[in-house]
Amino acid sequence: MLAKTEKPRVIHPWPVRLTHWLNAVAIIMMIGSGWQIYDASPLFGFTFPGLITIGGWLGGAIAWHLAFMWLLVINGLLYFGYSGISGHFAKFFPLSPASVWADLRAAFRMDLKHETGVYNAVQKLLYLGVMFAGVVIVISGLGIWKPVQLWFFTDLCGGYFIARYVHFFAMAAIAIFVAIHLALVLLVPKVLPPMITGGRISS
Amino acid sequence: MTPTNRRNLMFRAMALGAVTTLPACKMTEADNSSLTDQFKHAMLAWDDKVQEALFDPHTLAPTFRPDQITNPPRFNAFYDISQAPVVDPATYTLALGGQIQNKTPWSVSALNALPQHSQITRLICVEGWRVIGQWSGVRLSDFLRHVGADLTCKYVSFKCADGYYSSIDMPSALHPQTILALNFLNAPLTPPFGAPVRLRIPVKLGFKNPKSLVHLAVTNVYPGGYWEDQGYDWYSGS
Repeated sequence: MLAKTEKPRVIHPWPVRLTHWLNAVAIIMMIGSGWQIYDASPLFGFTFPGLITIGGWLGGAIAWHLAFMWLLVINGLLYFGYSGISGHFAKFFPLSPASVWADLRAAFRMDLKHETGVYNAVQKLLYLGVMFAGVVIVISGLGIWKPVQLWFFTDLCGGYFIARYVHFFAMAAIAIFVAIHLALVLLVPKVLPPMITGGRISS
Repeated sequence: MTPTNRRNLMFRAMALGAVTTLPACKMTEADNSSLTDQFKHAMLAWDDKVQEALFDPHTLAPTFRPDQITNPPRFNAFYDISQAPVVDPATYTLALGGQIQNKTPWSVSALNALPQHSQITRLICVEGWRVIGQWSGVRLSDFLRHVGADLTCKYVSFKCADGYYSSIDMPSALHPQTILALNFLNAPLTPPFGAPVRLRIPVKLGFKNPKSLVHLAVTNVYPGGYWEDQGYDWYSGS
């Protein structure tokens, strides 16, 4: 049943879909090469196995990292620009701790209704959280890349030494998000096609 | 060091370098010699342009307190510390080449006679770790002006006693914190850490700080570098 005479609305407008998939490529390349870079001087007592890293060696990984950072940043700016102008950002609000708690409990009871085209409170929190991690990872990354010329980014992260940890934990946050995101797509596979075709809100 | 000794050492260093970097070379040549390699090279060239544009000759690298100095310093090279070249400071000379008017070689005492500058700065390795040290020596800008170098040239290149080589852009070479370092913690440099003369350039990553310099040239012909030729970003500015 369409509301009045309105045309069916797309679930995901094309700028969201385009930036989503470009971002997926950027994240895979940045995390894969980033793990290889991490392995050259590990912050913790482990390294990432060569099978899941990108670049083959430190020099190759840095080349990939410095290439795809442009895709990550420009694509991210396009997404934020589009979302701000189009009102897409409004979909992430309102958001309250109570609504997150309620939806989280409902989700674990397998009782959370999937409303097409509407984000539940947990989704809103996750998406806003990963956007924040994205901003943090770019700022800390710039601070690590150019601690002299872009010293304000380095200082913002508490100095070069701490910036590496900030960069790592932002990566970890994004990796955890990707894991949850993919797990939810597996649980509710019908959400995948609209992210490719756009889909239509028909009910 | 006799010429034969030096040649032996250089061959040993080059052989070591070849062995340690062979897997990487093989991988880049066999697997991605085509499009992906070209893509990475093009992107690194673009990154270098961006870094050149970001470089502000008046922005100084941060300096640190004496109690923050990493002591003992951390050794790093493409070979083990036991293989580090030992150069006799008494017979040492720094040879000059390229677009320089006065190419008379320089001894350690002659370099010591030029105005000295001290700095406590941070050396960041391309691998991610960092150390803080106190280096002192001759400002490269003072030195280049003193020998009549053509400062409009694009590159300053360096060759080392161990076969290592590297090069930097002229604006970074003229940065006030870029020095030909002679001392660490007010004592002459020791062999594993670049004796008798090394480049100390805090606006670049560690591998752009070549040690045990034997040759310095000013040129417009891209000189490359030991790691740069294998795929590290040439500009590698901090």
